[in-house]
Amino acid sequence: MLHLFAAFVAAATALLIFAGGLVTSTGSGLSVPDWPTTYGWSMFTFPIDKWVGGIFYEHSHRLIASTVGMLIIVLAVWLRRAEERRWVRRLGYVALAAVVTQGILGGITVLWFLPDPISIAHASLAQVVFCLTVTIALVTSPGWQRGAASSDRRLQAIAAAATGAVYLQIILGATMRHIGAGLAIPDFPLAFGRLVPPVWTAKIATHYAHRVGALAVTTLAIATVSHVLHHHRARGELRRPSLLLLLLLAVQITLGALTVLSGKQHVINSLHVVTGAFVLGTSLVLTLRAYRPQFGFEDVRSGVRTPRAGTHLVPDPGSRIPSPGGAGA
Amino acid sequence: MRRHATVLGLAVLLGSLAAACGGGSQEAQAPPPPTENPVDPATAGSVAGRVTFEGTPRTLPPMKMDSDPNCAAQAPTAPDESVVVGGGGALQNVFVYVKDGLGTLRFPVPAAAVVLDQKGCRYVPHVLGVQVGQGVEVLNSDPTLHNVHAAPASNSEFNTGQPIQGMKHTHRFSTREVMVPFKCDVHPWMHAWVGVLDHPFFAVSGADGSFQLTGLPPGTYTIEAWHETLGTQTQTVTIGAKETGNVAFSFKSTT
Repeated sequence: MLHLFAAFVAAATALLIFAGGLVTSTGSGLSVPDWPTTYGWSMFTFPIDKWVGGIFYEHSHRLIASTVGMLIIVLAVWLRRAEERRWVRRLGYVALAAVVTQGILGGITVLWFLPDPISIAHASLAQVVFCLTVTIALVTSPGWQRGAASSDRRLQAIAAAATGAVYLQIILGATMRHIGAGLAIPDFPLAFGRLVPPVWTAKIATHYAHRVGALAVTTLAIATVSHVLHHHRARGELRRPSLLLLLLLAVQITLGALTVLSGKQHVINSLHVVTGAFVLGTSLVLTLRAYRPQFGFEDVRSGVRTPRAGTHLVPDPGSRIPSPGGAGA
Repeated sequence: MRRHATVLGLAVLLGSLAAACGGGSQEAQAPPPPTENPVDPATAGSVAGRVTFEGTPRTLPPMKMDSDPNCAAQAPTAPDESVVVGGGGALQNVFVYVKDGLGTLRFPVPAAAVVLDQKGCRYVPHVLGVQVGQGVEVLNSDPTLHNVHAAPASNSEFNTGQPIQGMKHTHRFSTREVMVPFKCDVHPWMHAWVGVLDHPFFAVSGADGSFQLTGLPPGTYTIEAWHETLGTQTQTVTIGAKETGNVAFSFKSTT
């Protein structure tokens, strides 16, 4: 039940990221000039007939954010009461601190007229909140608690690198959005008809870096997926997120292209933002599952955690790489 | 030790954020303006002229206002006001002003505020001028809510809500700036431009493209014409006592 609730919170956080993307894409960030009030009303009593124009996007974003904040409070309390593993309980506290900080950043960015550093920090921390909720949902799942098989250090390294690259790419994308460089290069896949832009400005460089970043992320993701399919094909908990990662990447690159070609149509643009979160979350799940043996065997009822002993874990029938503990096939 | 490091880290972070984003006011402290006009009315002249547009203006299709039913009830669409050309190529909404030539003369600030109305979910007028320290009274005549968001480069930015019809907000700019953009983030088609000057010699071209700058002391002046999409042009004109100097500006499409 806790796992299902955590998954629901993660889904609500993804919805919040989409709503935030709509706020930026429609240029509605300052359509409600005050915070935490809304035109002087409490945000919860602001009349619905006044949700017009840009206010619809900004006010909806605030309400969804408040809901997610409350959900994360419930999640943190639930973890405190029901979760035996101290580090998982701490994850709940960290998620709560992150979402509170995120709310404050959201307020500051409105009151300070959307300064780029604050807006970029707001967009980047949103992804951290999402990753925390995804992580909590994952580590409270029955699959996680059953343990894992062998440890594959190469997979761990590639998957972690891919996840880190996706996050950096998201920060780059947020920077591009908030400095207004989304159409600095107006064509796709070429840049001003060439492989490399013939002129350079800060906006063109940021936009181009985001495209190069997409190539780097794709390369790392393909390397990760190839490794999984070659060495761990029988392990569904690795194979499924790998294939999903490939699919999401294809969708994400298509959305990125359409964002440029449509002149930043706001729904496409926002789908690009939230799909970025899905790519990050999927890559994170794959990475954490690759690192699962490092967490050792955990008796969630007693909270006792044995050292990293692959021999205690479920054997991996599909693995071709022997683990340090000798649990590999 | 670790606690101290955490507190120090937080202080550095908050300090950096404040330094990066809080911004210091760039507005200079100026001595109070005089109460008397330094120009002798017996010798004052003027500059008059007309602004025209050459070619066929590129007009955008009207924007639908249906994202706010209160706006759509008044008019279904908002016209594109970025280039307004009348008969004979008359170009409207050009801000014409004395850019240079007044030397150290300083002028009194009018007590009356300039009104910028929000009516029919449009700014009326679309372009206007005001003196430093003079009030700009932003009025909401619409049965809907607006936010008034000015995003100047040299003056202080502000963003204020007007949720109720009839609300007014008066703002005074503290330094010269051509131009200060105004917008409503609720209704993204709403834009206005305010020219802020430290003298009263400015005008906005009317429907016939004409403008007039009156009460100028004899001298040689640089006159600038500013248009929101077509750019700026300058001309030099010399006027003697009681004379009217004529200038004409002609803009072409930049695309």
